[in-house]
Amino acid sequence: MHTTKEMPKTDHRENITESVERGKALWEDNNCIGCHTLIGEGAYFAPELGNVFYRRGAGNHETFKAFMNGWMKAQPLRIPGRRQMPQFNLNDQEIDDLADFLKFTAEMDVNSWPPNIEG
Amino acid sequence: MNTLKFQSQSVAKPYFIFALMLFTGQILFGLVMGLQYVVGDFLGDAIPFNVARMVHTNLLIVWLLFGFMGAAYYLVPEEAETELYSPKLAIALFWIFAAAGTLTILGYLLVPYSTLAHMTGNDILPTMGREFLEQPTITKIGIVVVCLGFLFNLGMTILKGRKTVINLVLITGLIGLAVFFLFSFYNPANIALDKLFWWFVVHLWVEGVWELIMGAILAFILIKVTGVDREVIEKWLYVIIAMALITGILGTGHHFYWLSTPEYWQWIGSIFSALEPLPFFAMVLYAFNMVNRRRREHPNKAATLWALGTAVMAFLGAGVWGFLHTLAPVNFYTHGTQITAAHGHMAFYGAYVMIVLTIISYAMPKLRGIGESSSPKAQVVEMWGFWLMTIAMVFITLFLTGAGILQVWLQRMPESAEALGFMATQDKLAIFYWLREAAGVVFMIGLLTYLANFLVDRKKVAVTSGMPDTSGLQTDT
Repeated sequence: MHTTKEMPKTDHRENITESVERGKALWEDNNCIGCHTLIGEGAYFAPELGNVFYRRGAGNHETFKAFMNGWMKAQPLRIPGRRQMPQFNLNDQEIDDLADFLKFTAEMDVNSWPPNIEG
Repeated sequence: MNTLKFQSQSVAKPYFIFALMLFTGQILFGLVMGLQYVVGDFLGDAIPFNVARMVHTNLLIVWLLFGFMGAAYYLVPEEAETELYSPKLAIALFWIFAAAGTLTILGYLLVPYSTLAHMTGNDILPTMGREFLEQPTITKIGIVVVCLGFLFNLGMTILKGRKTVINLVLITGLIGLAVFFLFSFYNPANIALDKLFWWFVVHLWVEGVWELIMGAILAFILIKVTGVDREVIEKWLYVIIAMALITGILGTGHHFYWLSTPEYWQWIGSIFSALEPLPFFAMVLYAFNMVNRRRREHPNKAATLWALGTAVMAFLGAGVWGFLHTLAPVNFYTHGTQITAAHGHMAFYGAYVMIVLTIISYAMPKLRGIGESSSPKAQVVEMWGFWLMTIAMVFITLFLTGAGILQVWLQRMPESAEALGFMATQDKLAIFYWLREAAGVVFMIGLLTYLANFLVDRKKVAVTSGMPDTSGLQTDT
């Protein structure tokens, strides 16, 4: 298939590290897609995460990892009436892996989607 | 009263009954999620949204599979003019599938998903945690085994009997369903490839082979209720499935717009998926044409209503609402918004829920030993169920479309600095979500009304199943 031959140029698969792989497994094992979208696919209950590396991490790896660590540990926020994200009990290493996976996803070239930073 | 042409058709009955039970569960969880959209922390600890959604969508898929299987066990022997190859295998597979499905749903509800993944050995062959394919790997293997047994049973029946176009289209669709499901076992570390092949299951099911299944069931019902010549119906069926496959297969391109895939997919996807409404429009013309040219007045008015309804609603939901957001320049803004949810709801209801309810409506009176149709009174109740559910679904779709348009306007259209964030936008959509939930309650009332139609004739069933000539029937098991 021509498409799968072309994709290495745009999906940047050379950046898939072991950490990115572990992050993808964590993404799946915790059913993140059950609330969030990733590049527009998934549930529509919680924010798009394909570009969250830019939205919440300003495209900086360390900033994003720090944000992720704080965010994941603060859940559930328990603001009355607000949609509630569960506590997934990930350790620091796992949160870093998940951050690396989301960074990888953000850096794939997906024909300039989404239209703006809000996803 | 023995109303089945072939005794083995009776194996369809438990499939239909179990399908309707799961359908009820699906709607219940839909109401929970609908409420969580506006009261965010409702049951937040007991049933987090992701769990409710997984149960809602997986119940839908599984009950439609039960419905398709029941439909096949019912119509294949009648078309082939021979008994089913092995009724015992069909019943055994029913229990295996029902047990596996129930255990999977209980697993979703009772343990955290990551624990379920760990317990079922997802590390060994990771297939879980992808939308609609959340089932533990072992459940997926179970689905493959059940499908193989089911296809073997039907295949042997078709081989020894009459080969009709309807049977061949149906078995082709069912084989395609099993084959494309195999892509669910392919889960590469590269998320772009993962997504690309994930669509081989999801898209090629609902916009490909499932349309063959729908076409075959609809053709069978139209022959039965209208008495129009088989040759005429078959010609329409050929045209419809040819259009469905040509537009549906290349229409897969509309999922490859934003996926690290070459830009030519924006052209291929837009052009071919813009043509995807055609087979559904043909189905509307065909259903109404056949009913207008009917050569008999079938006493089962409700089944005819479902057959016409499924054609119309599939055209609106899959055809019109699909077209609304399928062109690449439009999809750039609407991708992954409530517009997608609106389309998903009406398309699934119109095309697949309604076709299964069509064959259940036609077959159930015979399976229950009542006769050609249930009593006029029961049919009136059933038709109330039809209208309540269908109108409720129209409103669910309209409210979600309203929410989606506003979401695109607030969150997607403005430049980054001006655009409203996701959660802030969701707050602005609350009125649409409340109205959707109200329409959802009406849908549930419609479903309960529909189910009540089976109670109207229960005395008839009790009387007829006690008669000597039904002693060989399995219909009351």
